[in-house]
Amino acid sequence: MSTKLIVGLDGSGSGDRALAYAKRLSKLIGKCSLELIYVIEWSPYSFQTPEENASRHKRREEEIKTAMERVIQPALDALKADGFTATGRVKHGDAADILNAVAMEEKAEQIVVARSSEGGFTRRIFGSVTANLVMHASVPVTVVG
Amino acid sequence: MKNTGFIKAPLLASLFVYPVLFFATLQSAVAQEAGGIDAKVNEIFSLATGWFVNLIFANLPGTSFPWIVLWLVVGATVFTIYFAFIQFRAVGHAISLVKGDYSNPNDAGEVSHFQALATALSGTVGLGNIAGVAVAVSIGGPGATFWMILAGLMGMASKFTECTLGVKYRNEYPDGTVSGGPMYYISKGFAERGLPGGKFLAILFAVFCILGALGGGNMFQANQAHAQLAGIFDDYPGWITGVIFAGVVFAVIVGGIKSIAQVTEKVVPFMGIMYVAAALIIILMNYDKIGWAFGQIFDGAFTGLGVAGGLVGALIQGFKRAAFSNEAGVGSAAIAHSAVQTSEPITEGVVSLLEPFIDTVVICTMTALVIIITGQLTSDPATGMYILGENGQIVTATGASGVGLTSAAFGSAISWFPYVLALAVILFAFSTMISWSYYGLKAWTYLFGEGKTKELIFKVIFCVFVVIGAAANLGPVIDFSDAAIFAMAVVNIIGLYCLMPIVKRELNSYMSRLKSGEIKKFKN
Repeated sequence: MSTKLIVGLDGSGSGDRALAYAKRLSKLIGKCSLELIYVIEWSPYSFQTPEENASRHKRREEEIKTAMERVIQPALDALKADGFTATGRVKHGDAADILNAVAMEEKAEQIVVARSSEGGFTRRIFGSVTANLVMHASVPVTVVG
Repeated sequence: MKNTGFIKAPLLASLFVYPVLFFATLQSAVAQEAGGIDAKVNEIFSLATGWFVNLIFANLPGTSFPWIVLWLVVGATVFTIYFAFIQFRAVGHAISLVKGDYSNPNDAGEVSHFQALATALSGTVGLGNIAGVAVAVSIGGPGATFWMILAGLMGMASKFTECTLGVKYRNEYPDGTVSGGPMYYISKGFAERGLPGGKFLAILFAVFCILGALGGGNMFQANQAHAQLAGIFDDYPGWITGVIFAGVVFAVIVGGIKSIAQVTEKVVPFMGIMYVAAALIIILMNYDKIGWAFGQIFDGAFTGLGVAGGLVGALIQGFKRAAFSNEAGVGSAAIAHSAVQTSEPITEGVVSLLEPFIDTVVICTMTALVIIITGQLTSDPATGMYILGENGQIVTATGASGVGLTSAAFGSAISWFPYVLALAVILFAFSTMISWSYYGLKAWTYLFGEGKTKELIFKVIFCVFVVIGAAANLGPVIDFSDAAIFAMAVVNIIGLYCLMPIVKRELNSYMSRLKSGEIKKFKN
């Protein structure tokens, strides 16, 4: 059975650094596959107008499609070209929760993420995704600087 | 090309100045003839629509009891009995559905039960909870509160029925958007059961829904919001409020400026919570009077304590204001709830049970308790009976009525709260308008078909009515719009009677699968 690594991408440079490290790790492990995840922050407890609700399903499909095309697919193509085994998915929800849930579901060896890319104020109030993940994850987490 | 900036500046300035000048001239012209024009419009309008208003609000023969109130109460009672007190049996399940216990994690990103409920609530929580309740207790006395709570509890069953059908018979379009509501379930459901007249009733409902949206969901709100603002900043022309409101509404519904709607949608629930919290604080500050207040409510409910019409007077006011406030049986909520992501229509019906509970049983009761506990209603210390004024209303401590009475009650305990309340009234009015613009639009597209231009026509009409509502004091127009909202209930409840066996089948199937464990929680 091959080892699985979960890589959190956010469409920015820090996500790329996480991926670069995951690739290095994957080579060291040998028989290893990567699972790329892009999380669209979303809460089922937010407030919306009736019109937003009516077109929500459509918007969700569009959001997933865009994230797949812009973030996940290019990364998967590049990994494939380099000879890595990788799959990817886009999910809605709380990033820390989703990364952990997918890691459990896939029985992953560890989660690789980059250091938080959020600004100071939001992080102070809500805590960063990375910090939440490190504190609550059920599998080891590697945070790339 | 450097000097174009200088040419542009005056041009731009004139763009802003001319409309203002235009409106100013218009205003002075209108002001001069205001009495004449308003009176004329009122006259023509009441002549054309008066029969309709009289028909809807007609009293039962030989009584002072409007038949439409009886219609809503009978409907709510029938649904309560037919679904074996679903409003009490399913409350626990409703809460776990709203918490997301039964939501499939793979559906994350779709409309959740919580969101559908919150959206529907922001359309119903509004002036009815603040102004309507004040009217109810000043005419019907504290006893009206008892009947209001009862009507709220019964109305939960009407909501359950209409919202289940709203989800079951919604239209899902190829592009992924959804549309639902009474016009869809009446036409599709009647066809499914082989009943005649479905199409006709659906069209009738859609027509009333458009009128209700422009009236009660728009002009009435704009009018009351202006009354609040005029109370704070001295009296000023209503068209100013109207143009500003219409501009903001236009930006949201036509311009698609989501940020404004999102801010409102976030602030409104906060305001609602703050309102209830303030009410609770005032009630707790007067904890020694809580027992007395409930005594007044129960005594008043069965004796009237001297209010006009006695027991019946209290009952009518309570029932009427509850119906105004929570819209159970009107059919509007079915439109709002139908966007939820679920494969079981019953789940949304169950969630919608909470709506009249929060709106009427919690928020309206808070308003009534604050008014009673702070001693706004004057009574004769010798007899314990309330003192009636010449207009048949109970004489209040400050002489205020409507929103003013609620404001005075809160202000007597928390001096700065009337300002918060004024802000809340304006935001509630705005969010109600946004919700009703959507309900009206759905009825409009049902009649005329979907399409960008057709939708734009309705949205522009809607914005124009905001200005009219704020500027004019058109009593008959507002009477008519209230009548249109209740006319929706006439059509909708006929539809619900015919379709309730379908809801029962769904309910039995769902409940048995829930019991057998076929429907499981996704999280514990």
